[in-house]
Amino acid sequence: MGPALRLVVQRIALGLLLLFLVSILIFWGTLILPGDVAQAILGQSATPEALANLRDELGVNDPPLTRYFEWLGGVLSGDLGTALTNGKDIAESIGSRLENTLFLAFWAAVIAVPLAILLGLLAVRYRDRWPDKLISGVTLSTISIPEFLIGYVLMYFVGVKLGWAPTVSMIHDGMNLGQKLHSIALPVAVLTLVVLAHMMRMTRAAILNVMQSPYIETADLKGLTKFNIIWKHAFPNSISPVVNVVMLNLAYLVVGVVVVEVVFTYPGMGQYLVDHVSKRDLPVVQACGLIFAAVYITLNMIADVVSILSNPKLRHPK
Amino acid sequence: MIKNMPLSAMIGLFFVCLYFAMAIFAPWLAPYGMAEVVGDVWEPSSAAHWLGTDNIGRDLLTRMIYGGQTTIYIATAATILSFTMGSVLGFLAAVLGGWADQLLSRSVDLVMSIPSLILALVILSVMPVTVPILIVVMGVLDSTRVFRLARAVAVDINAMEFVEAATLRGEGRGWVIFREILPNALSPLVAEMGLRFIFAVLFISTLSFLGLGVQPPLADWGGIVKENKDGIVYGIGAALYPAVAIATLAISVNLVADWILNRTTSLKGGRG
Amino acid sequence: MSDPFVKVRDLRIGATVYPPGEKPHDIEIVHGVSFDLEKGRVLGLIGESGAGKSTIGLATMAYGRGGVRITGGEVWVNGRDIMQSSLGDLRRLRGGEVTYVSQSAAASFNPAKRIMEQVTEAAIKQGKFSRHEAEQRAVYLFKKLGLPDPEHIGRRFPHQVSGGQLQRCMTALALCPEPDLVVFDEPTTALDVTTQIEVLMAIKEAIAATGVAALYITHDLAVVAQVSDDIMVLKTGDMVEYGTTDQIINNPQEEYTQALVSVRSIDHEEKQPSPSPALKIENVTARYRGTNFDVLKNVNVELHPGQTLALVGESGSGKSTLARVITGLLPQRVGRIHFAGRDLDPVMKNRSKEDLRELQLIYQMADTAMNPRQTVGTIIGRPLEFYFGLKGKEKQKRIQDLLDQIELGEGFQDRYPAELSGGQKQRVCIARALAAKPKMIICDEVTSALDPLVADGILKLLLDLQKIEDVAFLFITHDLATVKAIADSVAVMYRGEVVRYGTKSDVLSPPFDDYTDLLLSSVPEMKLGWLEEVIAHRKMESAGN
Repeated sequence: MGPALRLVVQRIALGLLLLFLVSILIFWGTLILPGDVAQAILGQSATPEALANLRDELGVNDPPLTRYFEWLGGVLSGDLGTALTNGKDIAESIGSRLENTLFLAFWAAVIAVPLAILLGLLAVRYRDRWPDKLISGVTLSTISIPEFLIGYVLMYFVGVKLGWAPTVSMIHDGMNLGQKLHSIALPVAVLTLVVLAHMMRMTRAAILNVMQSPYIETADLKGLTKFNIIWKHAFPNSISPVVNVVMLNLAYLVVGVVVVEVVFTYPGMGQYLVDHVSKRDLPVVQACGLIFAAVYITLNMIADVVSILSNPKLRHPK
Repeated sequence: MIKNMPLSAMIGLFFVCLYFAMAIFAPWLAPYGMAEVVGDVWEPSSAAHWLGTDNIGRDLLTRMIYGGQTTIYIATAATILSFTMGSVLGFLAAVLGGWADQLLSRSVDLVMSIPSLILALVILSVMPVTVPILIVVMGVLDSTRVFRLARAVAVDINAMEFVEAATLRGEGRGWVIFREILPNALSPLVAEMGLRFIFAVLFISTLSFLGLGVQPPLADWGGIVKENKDGIVYGIGAALYPAVAIATLAISVNLVADWILNRTTSLKGGRG
Repeated sequence: MSDPFVKVRDLRIGATVYPPGEKPHDIEIVHGVSFDLEKGRVLGLIGESGAGKSTIGLATMAYGRGGVRITGGEVWVNGRDIMQSSLGDLRRLRGGEVTYVSQSAAASFNPAKRIMEQVTEAAIKQGKFSRHEAEQRAVYLFKKLGLPDPEHIGRRFPHQVSGGQLQRCMTALALCPEPDLVVFDEPTTALDVTTQIEVLMAIKEAIAATGVAALYITHDLAVVAQVSDDIMVLKTGDMVEYGTTDQIINNPQEEYTQALVSVRSIDHEEKQPSPSPALKIENVTARYRGTNFDVLKNVNVELHPGQTLALVGESGSGKSTLARVITGLLPQRVGRIHFAGRDLDPVMKNRSKEDLRELQLIYQMADTAMNPRQTVGTIIGRPLEFYFGLKGKEKQKRIQDLLDQIELGEGFQDRYPAELSGGQKQRVCIARALAAKPKMIICDEVTSALDPLVADGILKLLLDLQKIEDVAFLFITHDLATVKAIADSVAVMYRGEVVRYGTKSDVLSPPFDDYTDLLLSSVPEMKLGWLEEVIAHRKMESAGN
């Protein structure tokens, strides 16, 4: 386990460092950009007193280093500050919304991941024949349309014309799981479609790459059945690239979710973030940005760790 | 070159040219003024209004044509910016190596560790949303991807023996970059340019839809969706026209990019 | 009398090609080949790249790579027409009755599974043996093939054993299910000569012990002469000659076979050293950046004007590193390089244009040594322009002169490298080096990637050019036949040191040091029974010690 373990520790340390740097980038990036933040928030018509008050509240007058560490300390202890627009505690507002967002992303992933791998395998199995061409044609078109438009297309045809699912996805604690799932059917479908396309294409490429290795030919020349070749020889070597693909696309879900929540007015993090960007509520934007970035970085880190752990050369050193 | 073109690439090229021509000649093609109210709210399509009217009674075809102009203009400008910046820095990092490469590559890693949309939202929360700023933000964020590709391609070529042969001959850095590396790097970069352009179209549409991109009354494809989305629940499909436009443009550019990549990789000679 | 075990009649094999910018179309790559093979006998298939030998080998397993397929003729294995066999029958044939040993065992073993599991897999899946029996047989084969620690080596992963060992494991994999026919596809080509001889002997003994029939595919006639009973010579999908090994080696009938047999028989009279060497390397020691051991240790050699010094050694001996040190790409830590009456700066960047011009380099892979986006005219013309400022007509004339010198005619100036054959590419690289009018050219394995006859042509050309241009060659190679053909003096390298150095006649005649002896005696010779002689000789020596 020697070298593998060392690499894993290194990779996790790198992830933490990256997270730290990203927090600096998000915090300072919003301050060093040209333009007066307070002015941008309040608009051109703001009175000088209001501007001064806001600057005070933002702490623009304190030294940046102090402010950064105060903010970081708060973040680490779960205190994300208060929103400028309504004075509410950000951590509290985010709590239930984060849960809703994860709920949405979870169901999209539960459907998309197995389906993508299955379709990827199918495309490899029938490579260059009609199932492969059909799958790649459909996925190419879903990749070529932005998420929000897929959302409206589904809303128009499935929600309005067919009336199979609600066009607005409200959920609250009083609903049971079935009601909740019915409510989020459309956003889950959109996210699934978008992620599925990327994930399936990348899975196909990853497995094809493995299937073209000489050791697959060796297995073929041993007279093994197609199933045995795939199960015993292709699969163990595909785990790492496929996990990588899955993680990369789950990270992609993070972005998709923002837009889809807005389309279906779903009470999640994405909706919250977009609302407060338009209101220029800086503390909320920073907090949400950091959380999204953290999820993204963590998923990428897991992908790398899995690929280190599944590499036989690292697991069984000479 | 054109005569060996496959049908798919030809169709792609036709649509790409069509869209760009439409963007350039928008004022002459559009039947009405861009923000001119010419009818009732959400009129169905008719001889006077081929695509009907929008949420405040403007001609939708006109909006779509002008919207295409805005979207394509912003996407093109952002692509040019991201390309110039990304490829110049990428080549420099590859050829210089050492600390310059480390500094550039690690900064790019950092920026890429945050999803572009999230970073763009964070930035736009403190910047005024104007067209030039949108172009700069999108261009800079996307240049990180171009940087990675350009650097990887240049590093690959830089390791080839013909570059070493030129160095051993005593050639200067200029000859090595422009005569040895660039001609071999051009094809993957041009194909990538197509993909970046599509990405820019999707990105600006998404921002506009979220209300953080092109501001009304200027028309753009994402904005048209935002303006007309309330019609969906009444069964009015006005918000869906941009989907068709964006999808055909994106697929067409994809087809052309695929063709360029295929055509040029086969010229590489015995390099497999 | 029953039919032979393998009977191939008028075998035709086709493939679909996808030339860039054109419509895909079908071509025939093997045009009607016939042969018989009995159990316990070995048939050698020999030919240059593109001769179709691997394709024929795989056809006996009814297998085609990519779009390759059998388009005509008959293939009978074990009394069964494999063209008419069902997929299930083919599965029993593959891995059970017919097995395959590939050139690169490193790529052919699944990196994620232990060796034992992969060696025994076919035998168990085919129902020939129980797991326990199969493992016992594997251990027996490991022993037979001379693998170290045969009881436990199967527990390792492929990356945990050396290349030569893995190649023997691949042979064990092929022999484990007790097949009737084994197809060996260039099994020793990727190995160093001293390893090759061991693997070759192991394969030969294993074939004899198990009594299988074997198809042995290679481009090296000297190798195939050691293991096969019959030989078939192939060229671009056609059978050229088919006979017993004795007849092919000692009495070849066809012109092409005669050329293959007499390859590397260039006569080269060695020249005497002159008083003032062109290149003198003194006490050179070097290491790569970031490492802590020397890849070159105290190297001292000389090269005389108009002569050839062959630098010979196996992979990892440091011979190519020495070339990098001389060119200044890897500055030495200790020592001096004296060239054309002056000391060369260790760092390339500090050398004068004159230093660079007088010292040229030709690479092993002509493919990657030329910019695929430049025409032959540009490639050869650039040094003329760069070093001598030639322009216009004058430059054109010089380019044409150089093209004539390398025996390429008119019309090559406007071609791109991709439009040239392997031999033509290497000739253009030679012309590029000559264009600088150098005093010395470093030739780094310039013939290793070429087919034997093409390589011969290149060597002859280099010798002719040496006479005309009076240029010195530092010739880096792992192939002793090339050394014999071209060198005036020889330096044998082993693990970064020069272990033997002198004129060719001195270096290649006894008494030898241990390594040179091993190296020289490992080079296959074009005669029957050579392998047995060497092995017997070695056994005697080790018994004597």
